[in-house]
Amino acid sequence: MLWHIVKRVAFYALVIGIVVISLFPFYYAIITSFKSGTALFVVNYWPTSFSLANYTQVLTTGSFVRNLGNSLFIASVVVVISLLLAVTASFALSRVRFRGRSLLLFTILAVSMFPQIAVLSGLFELIRFFGIFNTPFALIFAYMIFTLPFTVWVLTTFMRDLPVEIEEAAIVDGASPWVIVTKVFLPLMWPALVTTGLLAFIAAWNEFLFALTFTSSNNTRTVPVAIALLSGATQYEIPWGNIMAASVIVTVPLVVLVLIFQRKIISGLTAGGVKG
Amino acid sequence: MKLRSALMAFGAAVVMTGTAHAANLSIVSGDTGNGLAVLREKLDIYEKTSGNKVTIVPMPSSTTDQFGQYKLWLAAGNSDIDVYQTDVIWAPQLAEQLVDLTEATKDVIGQHFPSIVQSQTVNGKLVAMPLFTDAPALYYRKDLLEKYGKTAPKTWAELAATAKEIQDKERAAGAKDLWGFVWQGNAYEGLTCNALEWVMSYGGGQIVEPDGEISINNPQAVAAIEEAKSWVNTISPPGVLAYQEEEARGVWQTGNAVFMRNWPYAYSLGEGADSAIKGKFDVAPLPAGTGDKARSAATLGGWNLAVSKYSKNQKEAIDLVKFLTSKEMQKKQAIEASNLPTIIDLYDDAEIAKAVPIIPRWKDVFLNAVPRPSAPTKVKYNEVSSNFWTAVHNSLAGSGTTADNLELLEAQLTKLKGNGW
Amino acid sequence: MAVAETIAEPAAQAGSDLLRQRVRAAWIFLAPMLIVLALVAGWPLLRSIYFSFTNASLTNLEARQWIGFENYLSWITLKSGKTVYDGLLVDPLWWKSVWNTVRFTIVSVTLETIFGMMVALVLNADFRGRGIVRAAILVPWAIPTIVSAKMWAWMLNDQFGIINDILLNLGLISQKIAWTANPDTAMLAVLIVDIWKTTPFMALLILAGLQMIPGDIYEAAKIDGVNPVKVFWKVTLPLVRPALMVAIIFRMLDALRIFDLIYVLTANNAQTKTMSVFARENLFDFDKFAYGSAASTMLFLILTVITILYIIIGKVNFEGGR
Repeated sequence: MLWHIVKRVAFYALVIGIVVISLFPFYYAIITSFKSGTALFVVNYWPTSFSLANYTQVLTTGSFVRNLGNSLFIASVVVVISLLLAVTASFALSRVRFRGRSLLLFTILAVSMFPQIAVLSGLFELIRFFGIFNTPFALIFAYMIFTLPFTVWVLTTFMRDLPVEIEEAAIVDGASPWVIVTKVFLPLMWPALVTTGLLAFIAAWNEFLFALTFTSSNNTRTVPVAIALLSGATQYEIPWGNIMAASVIVTVPLVVLVLIFQRKIISGLTAGGVKG
Repeated sequence: MKLRSALMAFGAAVVMTGTAHAANLSIVSGDTGNGLAVLREKLDIYEKTSGNKVTIVPMPSSTTDQFGQYKLWLAAGNSDIDVYQTDVIWAPQLAEQLVDLTEATKDVIGQHFPSIVQSQTVNGKLVAMPLFTDAPALYYRKDLLEKYGKTAPKTWAELAATAKEIQDKERAAGAKDLWGFVWQGNAYEGLTCNALEWVMSYGGGQIVEPDGEISINNPQAVAAIEEAKSWVNTISPPGVLAYQEEEARGVWQTGNAVFMRNWPYAYSLGEGADSAIKGKFDVAPLPAGTGDKARSAATLGGWNLAVSKYSKNQKEAIDLVKFLTSKEMQKKQAIEASNLPTIIDLYDDAEIAKAVPIIPRWKDVFLNAVPRPSAPTKVKYNEVSSNFWTAVHNSLAGSGTTADNLELLEAQLTKLKGNGW
Repeated sequence: MAVAETIAEPAAQAGSDLLRQRVRAAWIFLAPMLIVLALVAGWPLLRSIYFSFTNASLTNLEARQWIGFENYLSWITLKSGKTVYDGLLVDPLWWKSVWNTVRFTIVSVTLETIFGMMVALVLNADFRGRGIVRAAILVPWAIPTIVSAKMWAWMLNDQFGIINDILLNLGLISQKIAWTANPDTAMLAVLIVDIWKTTPFMALLILAGLQMIPGDIYEAAKIDGVNPVKVFWKVTLPLVRPALMVAIIFRMLDALRIFDLIYVLTANNAQTKTMSVFARENLFDFDKFAYGSAASTMLFLILTVITILYIIIGKVNFEGGR
């Protein structure tokens, strides 16, 4: 019994430790976001003042709200397109045997082996060639370069490990591959889909270099660029208060997203009925 | 996008036939908060008088980020940007893709400081018009210096002695976090500026001389950097080797430094309502070194406006540049954004002196300004600067002796120079 | 892409037809993804590789000439008979950055895997408030890198950073440390931030793997009274291994290409300069676009070799399909 209590206490201590380490910098950012001027340079562990000035400033000056909308739109479209392309592709790569499959998988991975900075100029030319410079489509297009290999690989791994029996019944019934993907696999894939979708969303949401290069007006820029553009009144001044406020605003939608989808992350398999 | 380029083409066509002017121009600027607001005000005036529309494309304030983007955009022949706001050291590096402004500005160019105009002239071609200039100064705590009966130091040795004395006595009196001198020691362009001032103040040349000769490996340069090395961990915090402008200002403005080397921007912030040192500090030219050619030296900074070769509205863009760099606009900018004008007369302007008292005072600092060797080293300047700040940073951090590091630097630069810059 | 041939398996005529139909469907399924990938990645990659064999400069891209392998290695024989080598392969700065990157990758990915596994196991357990905790651990990953890098730079600042303050108060250090300036601690600072930031990524992918393990296996182990540590090594780890291996590959590739974190945190510090930072410097800051392209191509080759080694040594399952 005592052992049981010790175990429980240790477990919760671990949970608290994880939460504190994860959140402390964010907590510090929030405290900082309420401060201004010279107060920024003084270390405090608890909020000393409470002022929303930094928040109103971020939201009213420039086009931060518009940028938030852009980010939301771009990241959502990127996730939808890459999941759509990846689900069907990973079915082919995991459930069908054909020659050259390993090589293909490796080639897809190889795309992730080039430094982003090196593809910048080539991508820029392509985007100008398509006439989509300075539009959201430029970014949606460019982001495929890192979301696609990732989603394809992760979904392939997960699909490969599903038992062969679940497919057999459908094959015997004469279902087409498309039906098998949508009716048999998709319901089972929720945990993997939501997880990869979430990670891809965050990656697209946070991307900075492409977003800076492929847009040239405040109305088409995304949030990370907008944050980088937050500036002090003078050249070298870094507006910590504003940056922290903007970071808080940017992080909140993601936390909400996780809270919405988390039930899916957990209950996927039970819903699929394999668990028995 | 499509619509915009159509409009632009239309605008260009209209201008060519000379019936009306209505061009849409884009100006890209890495300027910040207040500077951008003033730029917008100036553009509003321009829009009213010319009928053209101008959009500002703001950029992150990091100059390295800006430079990379501009180079990429220009290399790809991007016609969406007409006017670029360029750093004083970029002119020779971007010259090929910028329009020659010599003809268009010959009526007004004589008003500007010749040294700045010279820095923007590449192979006889004026590639950018000076917008405002910048030079650092020595900030000192009036109250502390008075308390210990000191005056603003004239030499680095004097600075070190004063800083040490005040730091030790104040710490003994309870100000535990006080440091003597803060500056910018991070390995970045700012260290090139700081170190150039030390070397120059010791009469150690300017790394690469205007005629292209590599001069950095000399005893005076070694002495200058050794002097700076002796500050680290005595009068300057060890972390100074990671400081950029803001970190230095952070220490200074919380009242934790006796001296600071920084740009004019720190002046108005230091006088801000919440500043711990409001009314307690003043500025002076940077100290001189020792030796035959010892002098005070301040690195020349500042920003200019250039017209892209790929602009579809070059004529209007040149007009815009002339407008923004004109005397009236520089005056407005000086009064509203505290930017140092590049037009000599404005330093004696009574209205400016009244609104921003530091500007006339900066004339002294400015007379000692030295350019970084961007003109002789041309497209290789960034690499020269990177090699230089690395050598200096290594010396300051104690990795290798200063003499060895400078000898190695000389070899690197010689190799980089090849048959000529 | 080549038309795939079906792997002839001894099957009835009907089965073989079915197989052929499946393979055809597979290619139709693959096509859209491959086309998009070829479009977005093909041209930029080939171009970078091409530029690495020229003397291209960003100031005048048109005036480039083919110079073969000179960016990688070239030599001249002096009159004295001494041969002088030049190029990326003999550039000590490049090899220093390769070493920095590899060292960074090994340490960060190893620690992230261990911590990620710990966090995933905790989140996989049933306890009250699990949802909140799961959202909380995602926060570090959710904050844009440029912001978290700046945030940490602020916290690690020697004079007004909270980290020094905490350590001083706890008595762990006696003097304020200049984390990002000091050559000895710069890499440590980068590692701390990177591990803090990317452990959630690992944790979430491992958690998804754990969730796909059928619960009855644990039930069986529990009934048999097997020691939990043994259950982890004998049951959990083998089952979660495929997901883990893929998570590690992507973390590894990201770590080997790490750029923005270091760019913001310790921009020009020689101790933390990685391959991507080296490439950026040459591509854009210096007038050495071709040399930077060569560095990018080398980076690509190094990553390919490391990935292949990892796949072989780690016995990553390509074929699967039980």
